Amino acid sequence: MDKKQTVIQVKNVKKYYGDVKALDGIDLRVDKGTIYGLLGPNGAGKTTLVRVLATLIEPDSGEVTVNGVDVKHHPTKIRRMIGLAGQFAAVDDFLTGRETLMMVARLYHVPKKEAKKRTDELLRRLSLSDAADRPAKTYSGGMRRRLDLGASLVGKPEVLFLDEPTTGLDPRTRQELWHLIRELVDEGRTLLLTTQYLEEADALCDYISIIDRGKVVKQGTTNELKSSLGRDVVEVKVEDKNQDETLKIMSSVAKCDTIVDDITKSISVRAAKGADMLVKIVTQLEKAGIKPKDLSVHRPSLDDVFLAVTGNKSTSSSKLNKRGEK
Amino acid sequence: MESSTMMKSFRMTLSDIGAIVRRNIMRFRRTPEIIVFSSIQPIMFLLLFNYVFGGAISAATPGAKYINFLLPGIMAQTALFSTLQTPIALIEDLDKGAIDRFRSLPMSRAAVLAGRTFADSMRMTFIVLIMLVFGTILGFRYQAGGGKLMAALGIVLLFGYAFSWLTATLGMFIRNSEAVQTAGFLFVFPLTFASSAFVPVDTMPNWLQVFSRNQPVTQLINSVRSLMLGGPTDQVWIIITWSLVIMAVFIPLAIWKFGKTV
Ligand SMILES: Nc1ncnc2c1ncn2[C@@H]1O[C@H](COP(=O)(O)OP(=O)(O)OP(=O)(O)O)[C@@H](O)[C@H]1O
Ligand SMILES: [Mg+2]
Repeated sequence: MDKKQTVIQVKNVKKYYGDVKALDGIDLRVDKGTIYGLLGPNGAGKTTLVRVLATLIEPDSGEVTVNGVDVKHHPTKIRRMIGLAGQFAAVDDFLTGRETLMMVARLYHVPKKEAKKRTDELLRRLSLSDAADRPAKTYSGGMRRRLDLGASLVGKPEVLFLDEPTTGLDPRTRQELWHLIRELVDEGRTLLLTTQYLEEADALCDYISIIDRGKVVKQGTTNELKSSLGRDVVEVKVEDKNQDETLKIMSSVAKCDTIVDDITKSISVRAAKGADMLVKIVTQLEKAGIKPKDLSVHRPSLDDVFLAVTGNKSTSSSKLNKRGEK
Repeated sequence: MESSTMMKSFRMTLSDIGAIVRRNIMRFRRTPEIIVFSSIQPIMFLLLFNYVFGGAISAATPGAKYINFLLPGIMAQTALFSTLQTPIALIEDLDKGAIDRFRSLPMSRAAVLAGRTFADSMRMTFIVLIMLVFGTILGFRYQAGGGKLMAALGIVLLFGYAFSWLTATLGMFIRNSEAVQTAGFLFVFPLTFASSAFVPVDTMPNWLQVFSRNQPVTQLINSVRSLMLGGPTDQVWIIITWSLVIMAVFIPLAIWKFGKTV
């Protein structure tokens, strides 16, 4: 409230592609020195928003400012302040890591000596020193991502946009990148990232917007989002043959919607007191002669928030069932 | 004040173009296949035309060596065909996100296109020179001095460079490398084959002669012939004019379209 300084401000931004409303009135605000997470299923509009912020496309309407500078009117000023690592690592196969960073430095108009210094430093920091003089076509996916991230850092931007920075990385590499991202913010940068991994948003982000079909469906700190669901999640797994019966029982006991995970087939309901609800459900199941395979109660995770607010059935991995009774 | 900031931004644009040219040249150096095959193709044309058509055409015009007639045509064809690589490379850069990266940087956007066409014209120069060497091996004999040879090369490359802005523009309108290649051939084939490149224009039907005599590729080839073999060189100015007009139209058009292409 006091010292917070707004770096990125997005007001009612819209971008339509024909009938597709890629962005349908997005509002958000990112404070200096924080990590902002954009979370959303495929096609939600994350990349489109990042491209608007990075001056690659102009929104149809709405206002976007970075450090108070309008993206539409002063794109070049914005470009001096930002670094972008796109969704697909834009690394030239035929250039070596060092050449890539030197080229980008030159395009930022960094003097040659300084460019060399920054390149060496970044290569070291991204653990690419050993591969620095090999063409990037010999790089692994994770190395390419790191090089792409490096390219976005050469200009020492205050504001960084990372579009799914850790997609396709193994857990260890992902952890390393998280570490690096935290360091970047500790150095005073402001960072906006998109991700499909709730765990990642949970681990990194100070503030999160969940977007779906071009709209913000939920916004808040990770804790706010979790407690907005307010209730525990009770999860029950049964034999396939008992699935329908269990659904009915659970929704009538809990008097709320049930959520079925497409893959694990586990059924969950939310309740203020998870343990009590679990007991009630188990009692009813016993009466019906159903023996559960697995039972659990947990506090809501970001996954639960995500699944609850993004009702996009074809793209999210779970679906919301309307109340079983009719 | 005003002029010094302008000088500064001009120097920065040049530096940007330099960086992009360097990058694109590295692409050729690290992927030599591109140069090798784009050189083999015109060499093949040179050999095919010389040995397949040479007999028939020399018989019609006794005393003249067909290779002397053919080489200027092949040089122009080589330059024109090589401009079809420009939109393909551009689309590759768009598809792979390289251009997204460039556009997020505080660099001159026109430099991306200028760097592309400059680098491609260097490759064009290299391949046209290879054609000159092969033509000489096949028996081409210069009948004019070194200055005129340079002038001949100069107009081929100038026209080729101008034409690469046209194909670059085409590439951004079509935005698909397979389609742009086919579309490019639709342009380049009539221009090179309905020209004086391979056979004298007066052997063509009248209606075709009208097109052929008045299109720039014929004028280019005739000028190159005159410069290398002796003859009237008044059409050189027409070619320079054509080149400047093409650039005056397509450089702004390409830059405008580049701003809108994603
Ligand atoms: N250039 C374009 N032309 C037409 N439609 C587009 C274009 N770019 C994006 N879209 C559409 O806009 C919507 C949002 O796309 P966007 O790429 O922003 O989603 P996303 O959230 O990044 O998804 P993902 O997680 O799959 O990367 C999609 O329906 C997409 O098809
Ligand atoms: Mg995306």
